[in-house]
Amino acid sequence: MAGKIWAVFHKDLLVEMRTKDSLNIMVFFGVVVLVVFNFALAGARESVRAAVPGVLWVSFAFSGTLGLNRMFASEKENGCLQGLLMLPVDRGVVYLGKMLAASLFMLVTEAVLFVLALVFFNLQVWEEIPYLALVFVVGTLGFSAVGTLLSAVAANTRMREVLLPLILFPVILPILVHAVEATGIILNSGDYAALKLPLSVMGAFTVIFGTLSYLLFDFVLED
Amino acid sequence: MDRKGQQRLDTALWVLLFAGMLLALYMALLGAPREKTMGDVQRIFYFHVPAGIAGLSAFAINFAASLMYLLKKNRRWDHLALAAAETGMVLMAIVLVTGPIWAKYAWLVWWTWSPRLTSSLVLWLLYAAYLLTRNYIADPERKAFASAVFGIVAFVDAPLVWFSIRWWRDLHPSPMLETGGLAPEMRPALWVCIAAYMLLLLFLVRRRYYLECARRDVELLARRVGS
Amino acid sequence: MIQAQGLAKYYGRITALRDIRLEIPCGQFVALLGRNGAGKTTLLRILAGLTRPSAGTVAIAGLAPQAARGSVGYLAHSTALYMDLTAWENLRFYARLAGLGRAGADLEREIERVGLAGRAHEPVRHFSRGMQQRLAIARAFLHDPGIWLLDEPFTGLDQEGAQFLKGCLAGAHAAGRTILMAVHDIALGYELAQRFIVIEKGTVALDVMKTSMSLEELAGCFQAVAQGR
Repeated sequence: MAGKIWAVFHKDLLVEMRTKDSLNIMVFFGVVVLVVFNFALAGARESVRAAVPGVLWVSFAFSGTLGLNRMFASEKENGCLQGLLMLPVDRGVVYLGKMLAASLFMLVTEAVLFVLALVFFNLQVWEEIPYLALVFVVGTLGFSAVGTLLSAVAANTRMREVLLPLILFPVILPILVHAVEATGIILNSGDYAALKLPLSVMGAFTVIFGTLSYLLFDFVLED
Repeated sequence: MDRKGQQRLDTALWVLLFAGMLLALYMALLGAPREKTMGDVQRIFYFHVPAGIAGLSAFAINFAASLMYLLKKNRRWDHLALAAAETGMVLMAIVLVTGPIWAKYAWLVWWTWSPRLTSSLVLWLLYAAYLLTRNYIADPERKAFASAVFGIVAFVDAPLVWFSIRWWRDLHPSPMLETGGLAPEMRPALWVCIAAYMLLLLFLVRRRYYLECARRDVELLARRVGS
Repeated sequence: MIQAQGLAKYYGRITALRDIRLEIPCGQFVALLGRNGAGKTTLLRILAGLTRPSAGTVAIAGLAPQAARGSVGYLAHSTALYMDLTAWENLRFYARLAGLGRAGADLEREIERVGLAGRAHEPVRHFSRGMQQRLAIARAFLHDPGIWLLDEPFTGLDQEGAQFLKGCLAGAHAAGRTILMAVHDIALGYELAQRFIVIEKGTVALDVMKTSMSLEELAGCFQAVAQGR
C-alpha cells in the first residue's frame, strides 16, 4: 500500500516538476496577497509585526486553495481519474498520495512566501525558524487533510474552482486560528511552552480529518 | 402510518406549535420578570437562545441523516438532511439577527466576537456551503453523496470551531462582560420558548421533508413518462 | 462471463438504461451498436464498475464489477493519459497502481508492441491523436485482463491506426479474451465481432449472432430499430 501511495505522490510531483503550473500560480498569488496586505495595513504601520502571522496564513490559505484546485483539475483533463478508478486500488490510497503532494507544494510555497515576508516587513528571525517550520508543517498537513477531500467534492460541481474557497474556509477555521496564534507566539512573545496547545489542536485536527477523509473519499469519487 | 394518519399528525403538530408559540410569546414578553440591568431588551434572549438550540439540533439531524444516507443509500435520508440544513440555516439566521440587536442595546456594539455568536456565524456559513454544494450539482445521486460527505465533515468540524473560538477569545478578551447565569424566575419562560422552537424545528423539517419527497415522486413520474 | 439482469440507470428524470438483460460467455466478441444517447456508454461504465446501477444486478465472473476490477480493462472516449508525462512514465504509474511490478524494460516492450517504439520517453502532449490512442490501448489493457470493454475506440483514428487496432482486437479475441466493443460503424462491427447487440432507448432491441444474419440484414434491422419499428 505504501508503494501505491508513493506512486500517486510521485506522479503528481513529476507532473508538477515538468510544468511547474501549480507552484507558479501559488507563489505568484501569494506574493500578490502579501503586497496587497502591505497597502491594507498602511494605517497600522507600527504594529506590523503583530499582523504578520495573520497576513502569512491568509496568503498561505489562499494560495493553498489555488493549489488544491489544480489537484483535481488535472485529473479531470483526459479522464485520467477514470483510468485510476479502473484499477484495483483503494480510494484512500489515492487520497493519501494527493494529500501529501498538496502538502509538499504548499510547504514549498510557504517557504518562498515566508522569505519574501521577511523582506517586505523587515523582520529578523533566526532561532525561531525550527519552531516556525513545525507550525507550518502541522498547519499545512491539517489544511490539506480536509482540503484534498473538499477539492474532490468541488471538482464534481458545476462551479469547480470557485466553490472550493466557499466550502473550505469555514471548515479550516480551527487550523487558521491556532496557526496564526502559534506563529504569533513564536514571532512576538517567544513563550514556546504556550505552543503546546495550538500544536496539539492542529495535530488532532489533522489526524481526525485525515482519517475521516480517507474513509469518505470513496463516496466522493463515485459516480 | 398512512396518509390520513400523517395528515392528522400534521394538524396536531400545527395546533400544538401555534399554541406553543403563543404561550412562548406571552411568557417571553409579559410573563417573565423584567431584567434588572438591561430592561425589556433582555427579552430578546428568549428568541435568541432557543433559536440557537434548535439550530444546533437541526445540524445534528443533518449529520445523522447524512451518515445514514452513506450507509443505506436510501434517498429519503438525503431529503431529511436537506430539510434539516435549510431549516437550520433559517434558525441560525434568527440567532445572527437577534444577537447584534441585543448586543447593540446591551453593550452599544453591533458585534461581539463572542464564542456563541461567532460559532453561530461559522455554523451558518457551513450550512450555506452545504446548500451551495447541492446547488451546483445537477445529478440527484451525485448531489446526495457530495452533500452527505460535506455534512459529516461540517459536523465533525463544529466542536473544533467552537473550541478554537473560545480559546482565541480567552487570549484576546473583549472589554464587555456577558451575562452568565439566568435567574431562576426566568427559567420557565426560557423552557417554554425552547420547547416552542423545537416544535417549530420539527414542524418545518417535516414539511420540507415532505416537499422534497414530493419532488422525488415527480422525478420518478417524469422518468416513467419520458420513456 | 458477463451477466446482467434487469439493469437500469437513472440520472434524475433521465432514464439512461432500463431493463437490460445480458449474458456474454467467455471468449465472445460482441459489438454494441446503437444511436447516440442510446445508452451504450452507460452500460459499459456500469460493467467497468465506474457507475453503480440504479436497479438490477450485474456480475463479472460472478463478482460485482467493483470487485472484479483486476479482470476488466476499459478504454473510454478519453485516453486517461497524463499529458505532461512520457509514455513510459504513464505506463509505469498505471503498472504501479495495478500492483503489476513491471520492470523498465518490460514497459518499453509494451510501448513497442503498440507501435510507438522510440517515442517511449517523449511527453504524451507531443503525440498525435492516433499515437495517444495506441498508448491508451497499452494502458487500458496493461494488466492483461480477461475482459476488454471499449467505447467507440475507432473514433478519430486514421487508416493506419484503425488497422493497428483491428489487429489488436483480433489478437485479443484469438487469445480468448471476452470483448465488448461499442461501435458506430456497423460494417466495422460486423467485420470484427461474432455477436451484435443493438441498444435503443436504454434497452436491448436486438441480439443476434453473426451466423444468423448478413451485413445487409443487420443494417436493415438497425435502421428499423432506429426508426422505432
